[in-house]
Amino acid sequence: MSGNPGQLRVDAVGPVSDSAAALPAPAVELTDVAARLGGHRVFSYVTLTVRPGEFVALLGPNGAGKSTLLKVILGLVGHTTGTVTVLGAPAGRRNRAIGYLPQRHAFDADTRIRGIDIVRLGLDGHRWGTPVPLLSRLLRPAHHRQAGQRLAEVIDLVGAGAYARRPIGQCSGGEQQRLLIAQALIRRPELLILDEPLDSLDVPSQAGISALIQDICRTQRVAVLMVAHDVNPILPYLDQVIYLARGGAVMGRPAEVITSDTLTTLYGTPVDVLRDRAGRLVVVGQPDAPAHHPGPSR
Amino acid sequence: MQPHLSWDLVEDVRQMLAFPFMVNALRAGTLVAVVAGAIGWVMVLRRQSFAGHTLAVVGFPGAAAAIWLGVATGWGYYGACIASALVIAALPPSARRGGLGGFGEESALIGTVQAFALACGFLFVSLYHGFLSGLTNLLFGTISGVTGTQVQVLLLAALPCLVVLAVLGRPLLFASIDPDLAGARGVPVRLVGALFLLMLAVAAAGTSQITGSLLVFALLVTPAATAHRLTARPALGVGLSVGFALVASWVGMTVAFYSPYPIGFWVTTVTFAGYLLATGWRLAADRVGQRRRPGSAVASAAARGMPA
Amino acid sequence: MSGLAALGVLRTGGHDPASGLAHMLSHPFIVHALVAGTAVAAVCGLAGYFVVLRGQVFAGDALGHVAYTGALAALAAGIDPRLGLFAATIAVGFGLGLLGGRGAANDVAIGTIFAWVLGLGVFFLAYYTTHASTGNSTANVTVLFGSIFGLSAGAAATAALIAVGLTALLLLIGRPLMFATLDPAVAVAAGVPVRLLGPLFLALVGATAAEATQVIGALLLLGLLAAPAAAAQHLTDRPWTGLWLSAGLAVTSVWAGVTITYAAPRIPASFAIIAVATALYATALLTPRLRAGPGRTTIRPGAASPDPSRAAAAGRSASGGRDAVSDGRDLGRPRGRPAGGRRRPAAAAAGGPR
Repeated sequence: MSGNPGQLRVDAVGPVSDSAAALPAPAVELTDVAARLGGHRVFSYVTLTVRPGEFVALLGPNGAGKSTLLKVILGLVGHTTGTVTVLGAPAGRRNRAIGYLPQRHAFDADTRIRGIDIVRLGLDGHRWGTPVPLLSRLLRPAHHRQAGQRLAEVIDLVGAGAYARRPIGQCSGGEQQRLLIAQALIRRPELLILDEPLDSLDVPSQAGISALIQDICRTQRVAVLMVAHDVNPILPYLDQVIYLARGGAVMGRPAEVITSDTLTTLYGTPVDVLRDRAGRLVVVGQPDAPAHHPGPSR
Repeated sequence: MQPHLSWDLVEDVRQMLAFPFMVNALRAGTLVAVVAGAIGWVMVLRRQSFAGHTLAVVGFPGAAAAIWLGVATGWGYYGACIASALVIAALPPSARRGGLGGFGEESALIGTVQAFALACGFLFVSLYHGFLSGLTNLLFGTISGVTGTQVQVLLLAALPCLVVLAVLGRPLLFASIDPDLAGARGVPVRLVGALFLLMLAVAAAGTSQITGSLLVFALLVTPAATAHRLTARPALGVGLSVGFALVASWVGMTVAFYSPYPIGFWVTTVTFAGYLLATGWRLAADRVGQRRRPGSAVASAAARGMPA
Repeated sequence: MSGLAALGVLRTGGHDPASGLAHMLSHPFIVHALVAGTAVAAVCGLAGYFVVLRGQVFAGDALGHVAYTGALAALAAGIDPRLGLFAATIAVGFGLGLLGGRGAANDVAIGTIFAWVLGLGVFFLAYYTTHASTGNSTANVTVLFGSIFGLSAGAAATAALIAVGLTALLLLIGRPLMFATLDPAVAVAAGVPVRLLGPLFLALVGATAAEATQVIGALLLLGLLAAPAAAAQHLTDRPWTGLWLSAGLAVTSVWAGVTITYAAPRIPASFAIIAVATALYATALLTPRLRAGPGRTTIRPGAASPDPSRAAAAGRSASGGRDAVSDGRDLGRPRGRPAGGRRRPAAAAAGGPR
């Protein structure tokens, strides 16, 4: 499989869904997509589908282009081949219906803006104008009330009620992520895209956030696409995984994709998947991308 | 009366030195350049350039108040700068900042302090009748107002400064490069830092009398920054810094003597030109080195990415 | 002769404040000063809030220097100083914005450049005073420290109109600018033109600096940009409340400053205004934080530990790491902090330099 780019298309492995007849329209559909960044081909021949209500993880070694793939879906980075359909339109058109949680560092501890205000920005931060604190309550009371209700709803949904009114710089990593998820959810998105949200969290927070995301995925029928570099914290919650490599991608159920055979085929070098006593998966031998990949995409 | 520049440079210098105020000015300029060059080099290493600038700016209301009260400006300059340095040194570490532009909050504080200091200086100048012409001298420097007493005071201030710098040399260097490790090895980092701030205050006060409170950067920072561009070795760096400051000071004063344009402009221009040349030389040297070693693209990219 | 009398304080005698105020407002020069001053203060407060939030105070400092040089260059060229003032500050502001708008990476270079710019201004000053036919010796002071009472009716009206226009523009981009400041990546995905807003905002700050130069001078305008905004950010953690509070504090400073100068004419107006702004800021700093929730500990982002002792230790060690920064040193990544644990409101969509 190595050295022959034309043959590196590895499509979905195994049955993708139970009954093909009742499938809802996919939230994200990529067919044979390749992308370049900074003159280098980041990935090529990626084909994947994410359906509403599915919790899908995008995995792969550093530099494989996971963040770039998210940016292609958001229309922030162009793609050179193939088609990208997001919520029934070309990439970038329906971003208002997408909740995006980019890879961020934590807010500086000096940031004295309240978490709830940052969540509020997700609702209409893109609209021109400047809110005057009392005026909106007087001039457009219904709109103001609705916005307030939605804000309270979404903060309750993520369980951030206790610290939403605290300056966000003083919240812990897990608390900040919950608030930022609330920001991503406030417009009732159909698709939720998260870029390594569990990165700097401790284990209990990772479990909590993962459970929260799955809960949202099920109850709100949101399609969730999450980039992670470690599959273990989210493994119990996943419906599908996508493994990304320079040559292409593999998509399917975790049990089918994360196997030694599948990954060896994908990467073209021997890769082993082992299970430890606690049931955690360890992927050994996965090659990192070559040195001149584009810098950390943030 | 505008002295004339002729082609005979020796004669020009002799003509210039016939004026006692120029002799004073050159003596003062030499002393200031030596102190500013040496201390400035350490200051740039410690990334405290804006602390130095702020200390100098605070000297302006001090000098203005001194004039209003009828005493020599030296009291005002040194008094205000040293007092401010003591205040900064006495602040707890979490409140003290030396950099600029990082956290919006702290640079807002520094900016406010500078604006308030300048406003106070303007108040004192306004209260003292008929000194508005002196305002320009206080802010932008002058070569014609340096008295013999000022030169003596500069000498008295410079000598201990240099002595302390020499004595503190190695621990100061250590504490500047690696405060945590130095602290662990027994260097009294906070004390060393406080002493350095005091020396910086003296240097800033002295430099203000030549370049004016607003243009202290020209002698205190730019020659040192130029030296840092060219070498990382301490002894050579300090030497270069002092050298550049001396050249800027002498050339600036001489040109200011012969032209209608004030010394502040000349000194900033000379040092800025030197800085640009050094930067250009560094970039060219990097590129030549890069071409000789084609495989080290990552290394040189990393080197370029590092703060200069 | 008492000290107050030396300052020229009027004996107010039995005047009550209302009639005193009416008396003050009966003077046309006061009215002009207040009209221009209020409008300029409002835009300084609003723009300043974003300047401090975005960590771009250095740009305010730099633009002050550019304002001086621009005005004096225009004077030396024999044209209206305001032309040079606005042209220089807007152009440099836009340029700074294009360069990424954040100067922390190499502050020595920036300080050097703008120190030279100031020196260049002195060159133009000397040229102007030696070559100009009407050698106006107070021009230097006017540009450096402003002349709020020296504004004619026409100049005051022009300044006020421009300030109102700048305010309108700023209010138009307020929400997207806040979004781009606090959350640039999400803002870009939501369609906010973050890359355009950066330079546009700094150009606006440049124009604001030009306006403020006429009122309080190139050297002091940083005080009116930074102090009310920083005070507001201390007093409240609601962004929009803070924004309007900043404008209010700036306008208060101007009104109080003008009143003080009216009562004690020997005190220059620009000093009084800056002094009030500084006093308000100092008061705000001394105000204890009002929102102390129960059991709240300062937990470092990323430490994510609910254990208060660990959190306190993390807070201490992290502030120890930041002491390394506060001593002036910065090796590019502060010691003692997790590798991915720091972020500032970054203006550029391409992400912060660190």
